[in-house]
Amino acid sequence: MEKRCLDAQFKGVSTGVSKYNALNHHFYVSSKTINKVIQVHDRIFCCMAGSLADAQAVLKTAKFHLSFHSVQMESSPQVIAAASVLKELCYKNKDELQAGFITAGWDRKKGPQIYVVSLGGMLIKQEVTIGGSGSTYIYGYVDAKYRPNMSREECLQFATNALALAMGRDNVSGGVAHLVVITESGAEHTVVPGDKLPKFHDE
Amino acid sequence: MSSIGTGYDLSASTFSPDGRVFQVEYAMKAVENSSTAIGIRCKDGVVFGVEKLVLSKLYEEGSNKRIFNIDRHVGMAVAGLLADARSLAEVARDEASNFRSNYGHDIPLKHLSERVAMYVHAYTLYSAVRPFGCSFILGSFDKDDGAQLYMVDPSGISYGYWGCAIGKAKQAAKTEIEKLQMKDMTCRELVKEVAKIIYIVHDEVKDKAFELELSWVGEVTNGRHELVPKDVREEAEKYAKDSLEEEDDSDEDNM
Repeated sequence: MEKRCLDAQFKGVSTGVSKYNALNHHFYVSSKTINKVIQVHDRIFCCMAGSLADAQAVLKTAKFHLSFHSVQMESSPQVIAAASVLKELCYKNKDELQAGFITAGWDRKKGPQIYVVSLGGMLIKQEVTIGGSGSTYIYGYVDAKYRPNMSREECLQFATNALALAMGRDNVSGGVAHLVVITESGAEHTVVPGDKLPKFHDE
Repeated sequence: MSSIGTGYDLSASTFSPDGRVFQVEYAMKAVENSSTAIGIRCKDGVVFGVEKLVLSKLYEEGSNKRIFNIDRHVGMAVAGLLADARSLAEVARDEASNFRSNYGHDIPLKHLSERVAMYVHAYTLYSAVRPFGCSFILGSFDKDDGAQLYMVDPSGISYGYWGCAIGKAKQAAKTEIEKLQMKDMTCRELVKEVAKIIYIVHDEVKDKAFELELSWVGEVTNGRHELVPKDVREEAEKYAKDSLEEEDDSDEDNM
């Protein structure tokens, strides 16, 4: 059975928190439909976290860097290369940046892989990973329901369920779910509106 | 083809009327004066052999090595001015190290050899510097891409090879290398043949004592470049010496 890696959007909204009041914890949700899953190469996608301004700037740089690298190498970049480019940017500029990423993709050498680059620039490889404000509500679900070597359909269902549960409970998550499936044959990006997600007993 | 480039050979920034850069050609002559180094690629790895001439009995055994490690999976055998070669080995090491830091994986050999070749080429453009007086052979082994062998010369070009030789006996060595069916051989078989070739091309009359440096990288070493272990080296040298004696005997019979 082929191992598929699924990159799913776990944060549904972006919080425009420029006016974040630490005492009263007021949140202003500026948009519920921002796409935080960005394609950095043919079979490599990244989820953004943290300050979106920083994340967007870093990803733009990384996308260029990776494209140049791929031309020099005369082949598609490895997923670890994409993750390492992000890691170098996050680590070397840790004093100025607040951005983290989940990088996922497929390459010829190691197949499907997922790497997490955290805020300070730590890079680790994981089989399954979650992030964002809504992720706190689904650690139990993910720990219990994840199995290695799921089929594509099982994996998609698992991710969709996880997202739906997080979006249901987290007040600043919701809106739409962005799902990307990356395999040897290519990448497919689907957008699922919140009301079309599976329903659970969270109301 | 030797000629005097009077007037057009004083700096690397000058072409001759027939389109040659003499300084680069003179640098290549420096390589031709050095003793031979060979590198051969087989189906599961790469083997390097260097004829290291021992100029004095006072030298410590194993000093002035001509085979370097550039990162775990890449080896480099050199011929020419050893100081220039050492400096380029450092350049290659920095390239490999930066690549690993930036991209998280081993540097592909083709890319490394192109980067170092670009560096060597830069020194052929200006009158303020002289070209590097050394050629070198780079080799690596990777489970996915297999064995690879590249050679870089003072002009700054890099070529991929199945087998190549640099230094004073390179023509004789190339003739011997061409006789081998390297694509079907393993590293263990090839090590003995490499030792034999070095012994064959070594000129007993002009150059007296020599040390044979042997290294390999391949399946046999799990992709790490290492000097060949003592027992393998001794077996290879014995095979080389025995083969030479056989040829001497058969020559005598023919007389």
